[in-house]
Amino acid sequence: MTKQIRQLDRVVIRFAGDSGDGMQLTGDRFTSETAQLGNDISTLPNFPAEIRAPAGTLPGVSSFQVHFADYDILTPGDAPNVLVAMNPAALKANLADLPRGADIIVNTDEFTRRNLAKVGYQTSPLDDDSLAGYVVHPVALTSMTIGALADQDVSKKDAERAKNMFALGLLSWMYSRPYASTLRFLERKFAARPELVAANIAAFKAGWNFGETTEDFAVRYEVKPAKMHPGTYRNITGNQALSLGLVAAGVRSGLPVFLGAYPITPASDILHELSKHKRFGVVTMQAEDEIAAVGAALGASYGGSLGVTTTSGPGVALKSETISLAVALELPLVIVDVQRAGPSTGMPTKTEQADLNMALHGRHGEAPVAVIAPKSPSDCFHAALEAARIALTYRTPVILLSDNYVANGSEPWLLPDVESLPDLRVEFATAPNGEDGTTFLPYLRDPETLARPWAVPGTPGLEHRIGGLEKADKTGDISYDPANHDFMVRTRAARIETIPVPDVEVEDPDGDARVLVLGWGSTYGPIGAACRGLRQRGLSVAQAHLRHLAPMPANLGEVLRSYDRVVIPEMNLGQLAHVIRAKYLVDAIGYNQVRGLPFTAAELETMLEEVLKNV
Amino acid sequence: MSEPIALKLTAKDFKSDQEVRWCPGCGDYAILAAVQQFMPELNIPRENTVFISGIGCSSRFPYYMNTYGMHSIHGRAPAIATGLSVSRPDLSVWVVTGDGDALSIGGNHLIHALRRNVNLKILLFNNRIYGLTKGQYSPTSEVGKITKSTPVGSADAPFNPLSLALGAEATFVARTIDSDRKHLQSVLRAAAQHEGSAFVEIYQNCNIFNDGAFDQLKEPATRDDFLIRLEHGQPITFGKDGQFCVVHPPGGFGLEVRETAATPAEEIVVHDATVTDPAYAFALSRLPGLDLRNTPIGVFRSVGRPSYDRVVQEQVATARATVTETPERQLAALLGSGDTWTIL
Ligand SMILES: Cc1ncc(C[n+]2csc(CCOP(=O)(O)OP(=O)(O)O)c2C)c(N)n1
Ligand code: SF4
Ligand SMILES: [Mg+2]
Repeated sequence: MTKQIRQLDRVVIRFAGDSGDGMQLTGDRFTSETAQLGNDISTLPNFPAEIRAPAGTLPGVSSFQVHFADYDILTPGDAPNVLVAMNPAALKANLADLPRGADIIVNTDEFTRRNLAKVGYQTSPLDDDSLAGYVVHPVALTSMTIGALADQDVSKKDAERAKNMFALGLLSWMYSRPYASTLRFLERKFAARPELVAANIAAFKAGWNFGETTEDFAVRYEVKPAKMHPGTYRNITGNQALSLGLVAAGVRSGLPVFLGAYPITPASDILHELSKHKRFGVVTMQAEDEIAAVGAALGASYGGSLGVTTTSGPGVALKSETISLAVALELPLVIVDVQRAGPSTGMPTKTEQADLNMALHGRHGEAPVAVIAPKSPSDCFHAALEAARIALTYRTPVILLSDNYVANGSEPWLLPDVESLPDLRVEFATAPNGEDGTTFLPYLRDPETLARPWAVPGTPGLEHRIGGLEKADKTGDISYDPANHDFMVRTRAARIETIPVPDVEVEDPDGDARVLVLGWGSTYGPIGAACRGLRQRGLSVAQAHLRHLAPMPANLGEVLRSYDRVVIPEMNLGQLAHVIRAKYLVDAIGYNQVRGLPFTAAELETMLEEVLKNV
Repeated sequence: MSEPIALKLTAKDFKSDQEVRWCPGCGDYAILAAVQQFMPELNIPRENTVFISGIGCSSRFPYYMNTYGMHSIHGRAPAIATGLSVSRPDLSVWVVTGDGDALSIGGNHLIHALRRNVNLKILLFNNRIYGLTKGQYSPTSEVGKITKSTPVGSADAPFNPLSLALGAEATFVARTIDSDRKHLQSVLRAAAQHEGSAFVEIYQNCNIFNDGAFDQLKEPATRDDFLIRLEHGQPITFGKDGQFCVVHPPGGFGLEVRETAATPAEEIVVHDATVTDPAYAFALSRLPGLDLRNTPIGVFRSVGRPSYDRVVQEQVATARATVTETPERQLAALLGSGDTWTIL
């Protein structure tokens, strides 16, 4: 049967099922096929905190959303055009996000009375008219998979488990995806069990063929490749990019990277990833707690490594005292906070930006540190390098504020040329720096960077003691002198304040915008998409995005003051807005949301339109 | 390997230019002097020696040693020292801590450093009091101790630091006393030679807030009858006239003290620090009574186990041995791994 082929410029698909249904893997494979085709992509996984919530229940639903287009896109999409629902729970949990007219592919085999009852459906939504506004494709996914694998050498259970590959095959057919990479992937994944390779490939092909033959799917879609910069790409999540950025920082500085970490969602994947890169001299230590993790990282920095610790908000709280010690010791240290919804355990698999206050201010005494935030998954690579650069050059702790949204989301990444990455080499102190030529002054600063010498143990002639007690300027000896303390506190503040950071860039293509939207971190995508939407409708709006939150770009005050209105959307209750108002006396207005989810472009667009009307 | 060059260092080389600021008469002075006098013996260049401490009177120690040193934060020295030692196995890393620092706020780091067997020499100055904060009871203070924070006597039971260390899988456990320089140095020597964590409890007098805590072990009138000087390979007898001995009573779980005269020689336990089963050293650690009677000093346990530092560095070395490319090319390969696609 020849089918009609329809061209689309963009599609958002959400794969949803029980945590045990393999939806993350399915989404991941679909993404990879899509990448091979050259579409621009953005993805967003959403999974429960429980490892195995009771099967078939709403808390057990896991989903993966992928947005792909023939142009460059900024977000994983507000609303899916297609929902794949592997069971009633998946349907119920995701239906509210679907616009009318969306396609829903349901696994009818799971719509049993028992499963329906588990999520409170009195009658099957497939049988009443509750899905009337949607295009429903009922597919007996499970039984068709089992049927297709009848002559395979696998148990019924293994056959049933391959149903996600059936679904992937069907979707791959629907959207004309090249699937060679998926077949290769299955061969790798099940290398030890050839019968599973065969079964999963058979399930995939059965799904593909089903699409081709069934009358229910009359149309097949194509999304043409996006116009992207020439070069080699890979699809990457924020946590992966951040890990690779840290490895790259080790290579570009010539220093061993030492990671001290204690497992915590959503940061653990960085520990997992870095523990694979011992070939680069990366040492990872799973410490007994977050305090030990940062302590060990600081100890390693003292010894001449690039000390790094990775965690989420609750862990940063525990590390606070040690970060202050690092401020006093003036040693390099990178602290990665992959933010999640708090306070306390909060919603550990959901996103939020509410640790900004803690990063900027959450220490005892006057303990300033540098703070930076990546704006997208692939930007985590460059943010990690930038954090390392500041830490190494200025001998200071740097807090890198990622969040669950960028950490687990993915997008295509144009692979950088290694030689073009920043040169992070540092010089350790090797000789006395006192005027007499024999004494070593551990707190004699470089006049330009205000950094003190990094004299690592093992260097003859430079033996010295450092510590948390206040130090006399230059000599580093213990000092209780009032004037010295005042001087040292101000110097530590100036050290951070004077770090040169790039000016903030304003995107205002029409050049006549009166409203500026200022964001930081992971809101870049939704804000950018909202601004685009407004501009397409002939409205002018300017966008500026902060990567450096401490110190802030030198031109920021001027930029802020040149607009009639400044709007700051944040996934917190106004933490950046508060700082901006205090620091620049600008009457910025906040737009705040803490639902554990990223902003949708649509909600920002609506909000901004209101603002535009009122200036 | 060629013979190491004799560095000919002296105690003076290990004295820093900082004025020592403990209270006059504090036991810490004696320990500092003993350590400074001992260090040259190791023939390790000063620049390769690092002292890391937490917070407390005892933790001021690094400031007075003319080596590398860090006075860190309360309880965290073992964690910081772990990061240094693992990443710099060429260094000799010493931790100086107090009973509050190591056993209260830093208890977690201590036990984990010991279990990992990090190559650290941990000196715990036990004065059974919080010195620096002016005299509150500590996790090694006796039940009922009257201090500023316990005016009617402390209610909590103390830790036995050696029992704790043994429970934490320590491979080297020893005890010594501030006032016995020769003994202290003999323990330091054994600790320095040990691969992995060496845990040394040093009874230290705080003459301001807990004066005389260990007097029974120091007074000529009592010390010989109270102290058990452990010596590897020697039967454990003690007392002015060797009148006491240690036995393992059949059917019992631990060790007990008996009159030597009434005990057949073959029943007297011969000290062996290398016994693999920690139960033996543990039993030794349980001998002292509340009045400090039957207090063993010396090396309780010294067994071999690869240090954490070594295992970690070997993993890195094994991985690096496969590398043939420059780091830059290796990095380019890593960045480009996985499914990639090219746009022309
Ligand atoms: C986080 C923190 N809490 C509390 C203190 C206060 N403090 C300093 S030293 C100390 C106790 C020290 O006792 P110990 O470790 O036995 O050392 P000593 O002074 O007896 O040698 C305390 C509670 C501190 N410095 N930091
Ligand atoms: S308070 Fe006690 S431990 Fe501290 S210096 Fe004085 S005597 Fe020594
Ligand atoms: Mg004490």
